Amino acid sequence: MPRRANRRGAATGLVLLAGALAAACGGPGSGSPQSTNAGAALTAKPTCGTRPVTMSGYFETGFPVVKALTDEFSKQFPNVTWTIREDQFAVITQNAPRVLADDPPDLMRLPQVSELVRNNLLKNLDGYAKVFGWDAWPASQLEQLRMGPGGRPRGAGSLYAMGLNFSVTGVFFNKALAGRIGMTTPPATLTEFDALLAKAKQAGSTPIVQFNGGATGGFAFPLQNLMAAFGDPKAINDWIFQKPGASIDTPTNRTAAQHLADWIQAGYFDRDANAMDYAKMMGKFQAGDGLFMFNGDWESGNLDKSMAGKVGFFPMPSANGGKVAAMSAPLTYGIAANAKHADCAATFLDWVATNQDARRIAVEVGGSHPMGPADAPMPPVRQGSITAETLAAGARISQDDSAMDFIANATGAIYAKSWTPQLQKLFAGQQTPQGLLQSVQGDYVSQVGN
Amino acid sequence: MPVGRTTLDPAVELAGSQPERVRATRRVRRRDQWWTAWLFVAPAVVAYAVFVLLPLARTVQYSFYEWDGIGASPWVGFDNYGRVFTDPELSGTILNAVKLIVFFSGIPVLLGLAIASTIRRIATSRLAVAARVVLFVPQVIPLVAAGIAWSWLLSSTGLVNQLLSAIGLDGVTRAWLGDFATALPAVGVIGAWVLLGLCTLLLLAGMSKIDPALYEAARIDGAGPFREFFSITVPSLRQEIGVCVTVTVIAALASFDIIYIVTQGGPGNTTMVPGLEIYYQAFVQRQVGVASALAVVLVVLVLGCVLPIQRLTREESS
Repeated sequence: MPRRANRRGAATGLVLLAGALAAACGGPGSGSPQSTNAGAALTAKPTCGTRPVTMSGYFETGFPVVKALTDEFSKQFPNVTWTIREDQFAVITQNAPRVLADDPPDLMRLPQVSELVRNNLLKNLDGYAKVFGWDAWPASQLEQLRMGPGGRPRGAGSLYAMGLNFSVTGVFFNKALAGRIGMTTPPATLTEFDALLAKAKQAGSTPIVQFNGGATGGFAFPLQNLMAAFGDPKAINDWIFQKPGASIDTPTNRTAAQHLADWIQAGYFDRDANAMDYAKMMGKFQAGDGLFMFNGDWESGNLDKSMAGKVGFFPMPSANGGKVAAMSAPLTYGIAANAKHADCAATFLDWVATNQDARRIAVEVGGSHPMGPADAPMPPVRQGSITAETLAAGARISQDDSAMDFIANATGAIYAKSWTPQLQKLFAGQQTPQGLLQSVQGDYVSQVGN
Repeated sequence: MPVGRTTLDPAVELAGSQPERVRATRRVRRRDQWWTAWLFVAPAVVAYAVFVLLPLARTVQYSFYEWDGIGASPWVGFDNYGRVFTDPELSGTILNAVKLIVFFSGIPVLLGLAIASTIRRIATSRLAVAARVVLFVPQVIPLVAAGIAWSWLLSSTGLVNQLLSAIGLDGVTRAWLGDFATALPAVGVIGAWVLLGLCTLLLLAGMSKIDPALYEAARIDGAGPFREFFSITVPSLRQEIGVCVTVTVIAALASFDIIYIVTQGGPGNTTMVPGLEIYYQAFVQRQVGVASALAVVLVVLVLGCVLPIQRLTREESS
């Protein structure tokens, strides 16, 4: 037996030696490739030409809108065909850098963009934006996709991605449960909203069903809504965009976090929140097990089918009424830096925002507001549907110029490693509102190096 | 002459031309055999080298760099290892894995022993067959499906809480997987449930090899069932117990799938284990260096736990 142990020891030693040797040969990865695309100016609008083109796409499973759009595009431009690969968003998030580097797709669904820009993996779209006139669209639509050199700060600079449409978040409510507590119109102020929550609690229903389990702390939705209800959405965006000196630990945000803690204390959330994932939340809401749910319009189409006429939507009211703010983000797609058919991909992205049929698909299939100029005609939507309500909310947020990115997108790791565990602790009573913000800010600074 | 032929002096041996030729052909044949042997082993060796040894060496290599998986990678020496041991978020995962050993190894092995000896006593009845099937089912069900089923059972309105309420224990009901105090034990129970069947079956197989005469002799000497169990069954099963402990300790330390499905490390990192943390570090935080360092530490930890167990159970049995 000792001999066997020795042999095993020798094998381990060999592996370590090999590792050390490999280590001595130099580090993995390439030195950052020099940026070759500065978004060169174009003189004429690019097209897909007339010769057969096979576009490679890497899309997200479960979002039929992009498939519907590519089909329609091929119908209008018969020389363009698509080779599409689909994955879950989590898989895309893990694979994005390697896929963009090794097998660059012409069009790809993108996760957080800064890190991809830092490694020069995405095409700079400035040239296209100029020639297609994307610069003339409402600035807030593309703000989140603009970046300074090296990927930060976000919010200004060159354009590195585009949206197929942009989604809006807010509060969905169950009309039957709302009727039971005499709620006829959406609350206009936070005080009114608080009163409704208290009434629902008294009436014995769960006021808010919200997921907060696993690696995705869904309490970030109500928290950020409360932050915007008490404070300035621009300041929250500055933090998300990593502007120098930005902090999440501000007096108004502390008030917001305290308010959320008060809701938790009052028992307004489903008791299971810390063990509830997104799918379970959707199941509970659709089963009528909760009055309110903080979520986004990507569920509009789904709820219009499963709970037709039984669900309403409103943007979170601010503390004193007046302007409302909401998380609103483009359904982000980009072009790989080394894509073979970048011009055709850019043509497609412009077509999605400007073609009447494409805009109709963005709304009907995607359930969200199409991109494009502010005065572009809106496709007709069935009155009284949730889609109509979320589109109206989107328009109102556009008008109030109060769209925010999501606090979970500030850095690649901030959601899973900071917000989620901290919000779970807050729900369990193991963290104070102030401690939560301090802790997240601490992690943020260590990641961003502010 | 015969005397001369049997001499051990190599000079004498070499002097003869006949044996020399024989030896040469034998050497050629042996070399041929050597090549054929390698030819047969080659596919396995290549696969092992490419898919096990190379990644292992690469992991060791990456652990000395700070790398996001794509761009440039500065050499940082042992900094990543320093972080593994000083960052409570990383070192805490190792502690959680060690705690899981109690559930993943302790319960299945001890309970498995008890169940196996019970089944052995009723070996011929249908109940024994049914028990064996029921216990082994968790091994057959995909872990993902089992994880989802368990997350329903353990939710605040799930079967577990319904049963507790039914017997008047409303006070202890809770969202077992969402509670800071109970999440890790709850995950441990799921792991124990998965591994119990495997251990029971292994131990049962081992028991069938024990000579019945031993039990007979013990009974004649006046030993009761407990004495039989501790003096005959357990010592005879040393090797099987060794295998069970090895497999389950590895399952505990390298756990990933169950936890990824039911809690994803939450709430608040209470169920975060090294396997999951490595995944998050590498693919979410893009800290390939730190992830690799933690992976190397995990490998060393597993070897450090498993090799002594192997030695203990083998040596004493021989």
